[in-house]
Amino acid sequence: MVALSERIAISTMQTTRRAPKSISDPLFRWASFASALLVLIVLAGILGSMVYGGWPAFRQFGFGFVTSSVWNVGKEDFGAWVAIAGTLTSALIALVIGVPVSIGIAIFLTQLCPRWLKRPVATTVELLAAVPSIIYGMWGLFVFAPFFARFVQVPVSSLVEGLPIVGTILYARVPSGVGLLTAGIILAIMIIPFIASIARDILDQIPTILRESAYGIGCTTWEVVRHVLLPQAGVSIIGAVMLGLGRALGETMAVTFVIGNANRLSLSLFDPSSTIASRIANEFNEASDMHLNALLALGCILFLVTFTVLVLARLLIARVRTQ
Amino acid sequence: MNDVTSTVQYTGRPAAGRVRRGRRIADRTLKVVCTVFTGLGAFVLGWILLMLFYEGGAALSLDVFTHVTPGPGTEGGGIANAIVGSLILTLLGIIVATPIGVLAGTYLAEYGKGSKLAEIIRFVNDILLAAPSILIGLFVYTLMVPPLGGYSGWAGGVALAIIAVPVIVRTTEDMLRLVPGSLREAGAALGAPMSTVIVNVSWRAARAGMVTGILLATARIAGETAPLLFTALNNNFWFKPNLMGGVSNLPVMIYQFALAPYDNWRALAWAGALIITLSILALSIVARLLLKKDLAR
Repeated sequence: MVALSERIAISTMQTTRRAPKSISDPLFRWASFASALLVLIVLAGILGSMVYGGWPAFRQFGFGFVTSSVWNVGKEDFGAWVAIAGTLTSALIALVIGVPVSIGIAIFLTQLCPRWLKRPVATTVELLAAVPSIIYGMWGLFVFAPFFARFVQVPVSSLVEGLPIVGTILYARVPSGVGLLTAGIILAIMIIPFIASIARDILDQIPTILRESAYGIGCTTWEVVRHVLLPQAGVSIIGAVMLGLGRALGETMAVTFVIGNANRLSLSLFDPSSTIASRIANEFNEASDMHLNALLALGCILFLVTFTVLVLARLLIARVRTQ
Repeated sequence: MNDVTSTVQYTGRPAAGRVRRGRRIADRTLKVVCTVFTGLGAFVLGWILLMLFYEGGAALSLDVFTHVTPGPGTEGGGIANAIVGSLILTLLGIIVATPIGVLAGTYLAEYGKGSKLAEIIRFVNDILLAAPSILIGLFVYTLMVPPLGGYSGWAGGVALAIIAVPVIVRTTEDMLRLVPGSLREAGAALGAPMSTVIVNVSWRAARAGMVTGILLATARIAGETAPLLFTALNNNFWFKPNLMGGVSNLPVMIYQFALAPYDNWRALAWAGALIITLSILALSIVARLLLKKDLAR
């Protein structure tokens, strides 16, 4: 009975088999092609809308828009330098703290971790990456900032007060806990999972035989890491770091919570500042006319910077594929 | 007996007598530092979750789920409208993004093998994957908000969709590439056109992985704040059913309420933060379990 129905099914399939020229096949092909093109269009659209919206500001202020540190909404005089400097500094702090930690985690996961612990640790790192940035912001503002003010800013400020250079960079006039350094630390926490998981993939791809031969001639773990793994991973690790940098540059909500949002050029890392993204998030909804254009021009600068960084990152990482 | 212990000592600690002290210290330092860094990561996650449970748990009550957001200075209230709004916006985003992302990923894996254009699209997709979400918010703002005459849930949904698409494209492509070519050849040998092979063979074989990608994309957009700030904004009341005007949502509600000077607003922000984080973490864990189960099969 079953065999009979199967035979019938097969024979109907043969008779109703579609001709090669059916419409659904090319339709499917074109639909998937159009969807893929949409990805290109979106990127072009983002760039286009920033340039279009920011153009009046670029035209009015010229190159001075990038170098001027004035941001006066009332007088409609805008310069991006404070935001640019804040963006670069906070991202740099994030890298200085985040990169060693992420590579340490990657080394732990691939070389030191006992087998049973591997999955829980890897999951923890991935969950850190999944926590939304606004949660980091809240945690940063309400939990980390008071802690940071009390246990770092106050003691360090009183310690370095009056000293040359350090006395300026690490002095908090108002130890509120928010500021550039806090933003950099929160950013570091946010980019660690990204760099760590890519670095882990890269280290995992290095042939085991290389590692084993090094151990075989009596190398210690440190020597294996230093002379075999890191040189082998080399450029790809830099790519992973650049990817983290791209995230740090454009991160918005967490930074908006903890950076203090002040348009002031200060040499102290403890002072409030602002980044491009935090300024846009703060002011965009109340902006109009030239203010709006200036914010879009800021977005345009952010786009160009992150785009460059991300392109470099992707060129350096020879596309790590998830297994 | 003597012999055995000496062998054990030899295999157990080959380094002890032979490795110079400096090398041993460097090695020990590396191990300790790496372990401490990993512990630090786990500690931070634990600290954040603990704070969320402590502050958010205290603020949770039935009212949170049944009442709308309170006005300035009013007591009580809940975040029912924000929860529903977030669900609608996320769903809207994922409904728009899924067909586009799956089809684009299919193009890259099945049709565009080796073509220059596919290479470029893949590259651009990877860039979009890491692009600052605030820029996507600005883009959708200029595209949809002034033309539609104001903030709307539709603009919010589109912004979220643009963030979700690259995630879905990437996972779809990766999963389709894992499907063995012999399966496709078997399908093609039956005379099936390519689209039929893709839908009935490739997609079916890669289904679990593709669903994982969609779930991960959902988790990603559910907590996005920056793109909603300029598109859906927020709303302290029930939004209009046609989604025009501000649509309340959890992330922007958290942002506005957390920085407000009212205690009950801040408590509601913590409650919202707890709800959204737990849902996102649960979603990502489910997605990973699904994939693991499928790969083990």
